[in-house]
Amino acid sequence: MMKKLFFVLGSAALALAGCGGGGGGETTDNGDKYEIDRNPFPSTYSPYPSTSTLLKDATVLDGIGGQIEGGDVLLVDGKISQIAEEIDAPDGATVINARGKWVTPGIIDNHSHLGVYPSPSVSAHGDGNEISAPVTAEVWAEHGIWPQDPGFPRALAGGVTSMQILPGSANLFGGRGVTLKNVPARTVQGMKFPDAPYTLKMACGENPKRVYGYGGGRFPGGAPYSRMGNVAGYRMAWAKAVEYKRKWDKFADEGGDPPARDLELDTLMGVLNGEILVHMHCYRADEMAQIMDLSEEFGYKVTSFHHAVESYKIADKLADYGACSAMWADWWGFKMEAYDGVRENIPMVHQAGACAIVHSDSDIGIQRLNQEAAKALSDGRRAGIEISNADAWQWLSANPAKSLGVFDQTGSLEAGKDADVVLWSGDPFSVYSQAEKVFVDGALMYDRGNPALTPVMDFELGQPGEGDLK
Amino acid sequence: MIRKILLSAATAATLALGAGAQNIAITNAKVWTGTDAGTLENANIYISDGEIAGLGVNFAPPSGTELIDAEGNWVTPGIFSPFSRTGIVEVGAEDSTNDTSAAGSPFSVALRAADGFNPAATPVDVTRIEGVTRIAVAPSTGGSMIAGQGFLADTSGDADSISDDRAFVFIDLGEGGAGLAGGSRPAAWAALRGAFADARGYPARFMAHNEGDALTRADAQAFGRAVRGQQLILISAHRASDLRLVMDLKQENPNLNLAIVGADEGWIVADELAAADIPVIIDPFQNLPASFSQLGATSRNAERLIAAGVPTAFSYLGDNGHQARLVLQSAGNAAANGVGFDDAMAAMTTVPAEIFGVEGSGTIARGSTADLVIWDGDPLEITSAPIAVFIDGEAQSLESRQTKLRDRYLELDESEKPLAYKN
Repeated sequence: MMKKLFFVLGSAALALAGCGGGGGGETTDNGDKYEIDRNPFPSTYSPYPSTSTLLKDATVLDGIGGQIEGGDVLLVDGKISQIAEEIDAPDGATVINARGKWVTPGIIDNHSHLGVYPSPSVSAHGDGNEISAPVTAEVWAEHGIWPQDPGFPRALAGGVTSMQILPGSANLFGGRGVTLKNVPARTVQGMKFPDAPYTLKMACGENPKRVYGYGGGRFPGGAPYSRMGNVAGYRMAWAKAVEYKRKWDKFADEGGDPPARDLELDTLMGVLNGEILVHMHCYRADEMAQIMDLSEEFGYKVTSFHHAVESYKIADKLADYGACSAMWADWWGFKMEAYDGVRENIPMVHQAGACAIVHSDSDIGIQRLNQEAAKALSDGRRAGIEISNADAWQWLSANPAKSLGVFDQTGSLEAGKDADVVLWSGDPFSVYSQAEKVFVDGALMYDRGNPALTPVMDFELGQPGEGDLK
Repeated sequence: MIRKILLSAATAATLALGAGAQNIAITNAKVWTGTDAGTLENANIYISDGEIAGLGVNFAPPSGTELIDAEGNWVTPGIFSPFSRTGIVEVGAEDSTNDTSAAGSPFSVALRAADGFNPAATPVDVTRIEGVTRIAVAPSTGGSMIAGQGFLADTSGDADSISDDRAFVFIDLGEGGAGLAGGSRPAAWAALRGAFADARGYPARFMAHNEGDALTRADAQAFGRAVRGQQLILISAHRASDLRLVMDLKQENPNLNLAIVGADEGWIVADELAAADIPVIIDPFQNLPASFSQLGATSRNAERLIAAGVPTAFSYLGDNGHQARLVLQSAGNAAANGVGFDDAMAAMTTVPAEIFGVEGSGTIARGSTADLVIWDGDPLEITSAPIAVFIDGEAQSLESRQTKLRDRYLELDESEKPLAYKN
């Protein structure tokens, strides 16, 4: 069940590694190398300077189901070096007494619009949705991200070390998402998670038909007008993508003139080639079931359903298929497809053996995803679903990392992984606990006790509240 | 008492039903009283005729009273959500089910949100089972910066759950109000001054003309109580300069009963608000410069306002048609950000009761309305939930449409029959 997901993600990572920044190495008849550059906006992120850090005597959640009382965690050269009950401090290491405190992997939010819908939410900042057409697979979220969004440091203070920034959900195909490390940077490239695969945002249900079918006060506004139109729209686009991929595959095998580039179909072909992971906004259970069939018709995989308010109704089918559900703890009712929300959605998905993720889709919610997990966990327990705190932390780090194809690098406290780590003042499933220190690749990027380590974004300079506690 | 405000025959009929409520006592409780008595350990609470008739560590309820053992758990007053849309919208995006606003209406103050209230709406149950027993429900702005009149209700779902159908007037004097008034803050304030003059001049100024400077005849009539200080006016504003304008309004009209909703930059003018005795209803989650009116937003707003002596209530100002219950998470976060436990509790019990002038609500004391919650843990803790909820002394159902959906799908076994046969 879960294995299916790992297989897909693993092959995606392999495929991406295989094409790196250079394209497929196709050649034309005359022997000149023709390359589609699959990575024209490469990451320039590199970890910030760090010292070796030893967190001593904490309650440690390793993020893959383990909990150690009085454990030590050692960070060296930006990586998790060791987790054990007792570790001797290496020479020169910063030693932090974490008795009574908790250490967890950094939280990963796989559904954020920080940067593309930044604060302040003035009209000029609405860069999250290319609403101009129902299929805009050619647009990339990273081209709409404003790295000065004050939401980024607020999320960091909530223990979020990585996140996926997605286009909005107006379109059937909204465009490419991008995974970021949550560090302040002058450019988006300076935040991009190195070697993370690209993702594709798709959307089910009410949003596309409302925006296009009923859009602009016209009647009808255009396709799609109904859920039937939604599915027809996906299928027509995938059919074109299959044809496009066939041309490029033929070119790779036989040479000749390269096919004409189509940026929309480049993205869809990337999905069909297993290089780009599909993240699909979908609320209703019956729609998710249709989408799973659709994906099999065209030979791709939905990595994660987002919002997935009704996943609890088909948790067994989601487990069989191997898709994650990225969910809120308790949002409901704001539209018809969110009407059947229940507080136990997340634990019910987990209990069925499917991949559960706590996501935010909110610049406020992203600051307390640990609390959202705590609500879901406790509501589940009251309904008789026993899940340990240690297992529940998978919803916040490991599972979102898997859904983004970066679990080899981050998402758990395992030796060799990126030292994306949070030191909590206490049990992070308590409302009274807060992130005290947040490490990204071993570098201390946030320290609640040290105002100098709270980033102040350009926008906040010279404004009321500059440098204030946030 | 709360009930006396409603005067219809229907109300009298249901009151008679309510009077039949049994006498009960909650024993062995850790009681947050909301009064100078503080928190009582191992206390007993005696409930008779919908009121708290006895309370104390050594208080013994009359023999024959039904006893409910709280087993040492927390008991608090029912939570009072001071600003929501609970019960006036079922599905936000479905206009046919959404009575929060009316962009096409010619009226403003005359709009009564109570006319849209459905005690059987599913958000009422969803809200109650999280411990929220009282709600102040505001209309949303539609065509005018003056949204209309809001009401007070309990969350029992009973037909008589509205206790005051015209408890306050809600006006947006922030960016939204400016836009609705014609495009600027000066336009909003001109409209407000015009509305005050229309209401004060009613009915005389409508003798010669059908329209006032800013209000229709019906709106001017409806605004009369508020401009004379007999009805609360809730004003939405965030920017410090906007808050100062509200204080100026109060200074020029000392009889007005004003409170502010939002106030993300309230901490900047906290001492002035305290001196002006203007309460605020804030969302402690707000710490982002969401607009140019909220640049100073900080999670420390609550702590600073309370320290300055501003009566401060909490509300969740997100999707408050469905999520008024999140006031508890808001309060917990405020407590994590410098607000004391008692102040955080007061911000969703006694302070809202004071703002809306509801006597006997928000406290556990002899004579208080018996709105009570027994919790399975610290009421501010995110993992806690009610074990029992009482409204006017009556034990409430802890079921909602959501718990029924959950129970239907907890076991996915369809080998015998489809799940639709599972209740």
